[in-house]
Amino acid sequence: MEKPANRARLVKAPEHFISQELIADINANGLDENRRGFLRKGFMSALGGAAAGLTAPLAMAAGEGDPAILEKQEWQTTLGKNVATMPYGVPSIYESNLIRRESPGLTRVSAASVAFTPLQGLFGTITPNGLHFERHHQGWYNLNPETHRLMVNGLVKNPRVFTMNDLMRLPSVSRTHFIECGANTGLEWGNVAVPTVQYTHGMLSCCEFTGVPLKVLLEECGADLKKGKFMLAEGGDGSGMTRTINLESCLNDTIVAWAMNGEMLRPENGFPLRLVVPGVQGVSWVKWLRRLEVGDMPWNSKDEAVHYIELMPNGMHRQYASIQECKSVITTPSGGQQLLDKGFYNVSGMAWSGRGKITRVDVSFDGGNNWRTARLETPILTKSITRFNIDWVWDGSPAILQSRAFDDTGYIQPSIKKLRDVRGTRSIYHNNAIQSWKLDSNGEVSNVQVG
Amino acid sequence: MFKLDKFSIGLGFAALIAITAQQALAQSGSAKFPGIGRTATPAEVAAWDIDVRPDFKGLPKGSGSVEKGQVIWEAKCASCHGTFGESNEIFTPIAGGTTKDDVKTGRVASLNDMKQPQRTTLMKVPTVSTLWDYIYRAMPWNAPRSLTPDDTYALVAFILSLGEIVPDDFVLSDKNIAEVKMPNRNGMTTKHGFWNVSGKPDVNGNACMHNCVPFVQIGSTLPDFARNAHENIAEQNRMYGPYRGADTTKPPIKELPGASGAGLAHAADTHSSAAKGPATLFKNENCSACHAPNAKLVGPSIADVAKKYDGQSGALEKLMAKVKSGGAGVWGSIPMPPQAQLSDEDRKALVVWMLSGGK
Repeated sequence: MEKPANRARLVKAPEHFISQELIADINANGLDENRRGFLRKGFMSALGGAAAGLTAPLAMAAGEGDPAILEKQEWQTTLGKNVATMPYGVPSIYESNLIRRESPGLTRVSAASVAFTPLQGLFGTITPNGLHFERHHQGWYNLNPETHRLMVNGLVKNPRVFTMNDLMRLPSVSRTHFIECGANTGLEWGNVAVPTVQYTHGMLSCCEFTGVPLKVLLEECGADLKKGKFMLAEGGDGSGMTRTINLESCLNDTIVAWAMNGEMLRPENGFPLRLVVPGVQGVSWVKWLRRLEVGDMPWNSKDEAVHYIELMPNGMHRQYASIQECKSVITTPSGGQQLLDKGFYNVSGMAWSGRGKITRVDVSFDGGNNWRTARLETPILTKSITRFNIDWVWDGSPAILQSRAFDDTGYIQPSIKKLRDVRGTRSIYHNNAIQSWKLDSNGEVSNVQVG
Repeated sequence: MFKLDKFSIGLGFAALIAITAQQALAQSGSAKFPGIGRTATPAEVAAWDIDVRPDFKGLPKGSGSVEKGQVIWEAKCASCHGTFGESNEIFTPIAGGTTKDDVKTGRVASLNDMKQPQRTTLMKVPTVSTLWDYIYRAMPWNAPRSLTPDDTYALVAFILSLGEIVPDDFVLSDKNIAEVKMPNRNGMTTKHGFWNVSGKPDVNGNACMHNCVPFVQIGSTLPDFARNAHENIAEQNRMYGPYRGADTTKPPIKELPGASGAGLAHAADTHSSAAKGPATLFKNENCSACHAPNAKLVGPSIADVAKKYDGQSGALEKLMAKVKSGGAGVWGSIPMPPQAQLSDEDRKALVVWMLSGGK
């Protein structure tokens, strides 16, 4: 085993201008303007402005051991903060890099744009509510739940109006499902376009949703489910988002939901009410839901007949391509990340299928030539994200990492080439191809396409 | 007081039950969830049930000419979509890419030949009801639901005339809308395996485990110039742990950084997420939907505003009042909506920043 002293590769702190207090302070609180200003001033005089030494507080005194062990830390020797200092709570200041982000240049206006979930930093299967991806068509509002109404009309015996008070009295269910925008990974149909998994796959989230089953509401209103094969879901926002829902396919697991991961929906995700249509692309999970109309034919409404359509190589558009097929992606390591050194790593990722449960995930480290089966972590739920892990010892040579998922219909996630052969390159939607990450010998991971 | 005989008590009781049951029905509609929800009144359904289907169910009566449509278009739509529906400034163009031949065949030929740079709305949408519904429910983009049915007929007529689908003197109405032949009416299919959970997939992968692809070829990588196009990736990753972000402001490092991560950009040093100030306000309050730094969008560019008011006394107060209550007529016909949600402090910060040219 290596001696601790030999493992330390950092320059020893220039102690004459960084005090132990400041080191402790930076360790405890990170760098803010004051602390950075202090450092910068110190360096300016000592090193002519060089930024070296920022990692110096982690340095190890030669021979003796790690100061993180040898020295008492502020949090061991002083009183911490009171309970309820942050009554709703926020992540640690050390987590401030993991936030939703827009892809520069993707859209001209942020009110009709996407903010991607930072999948590269998430664990397990649940997306924290503050990081759930956002996609709006005409901006978001904080709707007043007291004046919010849900109307059910169309082919129903009793067209009815429900308040939030009404809905939240009804029998509810809580189920964990993934939601994925149909355009997730759509930027990559033609070629590699974005650097990280946040932008390639970040229109994906997975939460426990609570609400009343759609079926209960429709039965309550006396819906004619023999003639009424379709339903229009309409949002209460400016875009009045409308989507045709195929009742035949979705009636049994669709939820009219008000809660997400134990709290009310966030405004960006449709507070106070949204539709949850498991397995189906996110645009159908209508946010700020205000109306459900049962009908006997699809509506061809604005977003389903103008925007969310796929151009096939023969010039024909596909409409109502709704199901999100089986897909997976390795999230650590992933594009834009940097491995520190050779040796052991837990390689981890997510797999999901809009048609059912994940049954298996394989991982390749050589661009798809050889594969090993990964560990699936529990819970494995239908139309939900399943986490997979696999052990790997990196020897420092270049590698190409891939994952492929299998679902319980027997479907296997295909290569980008196979998909392109059928759908061409202008499809935008429903790209569920195997993702490739190239690892260079310097430890940097980048987004590539194989084949 | 008088004495009730058994019969009249029984009658009264039965009537009471009947009344209660009626009320209960109106209240709940079912015995299963008594007290939950109520019947929607016809006026309520009419107020919300505005959707229009391909068979024109739901279409209100009315009409509008191409000529009238053009007037409304230039006042309310052209700023985002261009005078001829050709603008790509904010959204993809509305018109272009269709021919009179397409109207005959019902298939847009330019979807095949790849010569058209963008797919316009008229190239895509198969049903005219969709255009009507879209405009009536959600346009203009920053003032949805502000058009009358007649306005909507006129605007649809104008758009159709841009695509030479109807003549310039056309008057579109609920009576003749079914006769409109959309250029891509035969260009849409629902015959695929994605409409149903039990649908058939297009392709399937394979389960080969060893020696599956003897030659691994990389077909596409991110070009070097795009290395920092999504800003510094180091700041978008955890600043500790085994997987850090690469510092994309610099060329790739030559060697492995080692177990401690020495040599990598320290993410804490650059907290991009902490960015605040007027530029962030400008974006978050959606000012950027209408104003760009140097180009005219819906409203004037920041540079133009700064130039116009350069050195004027009272400019700050004047613009602050304008941001608060809205304005019209200075930069064209599109009014600036009031921004009453801003605090005085934020409003001042924004105006000072605009007047300095966004610096």
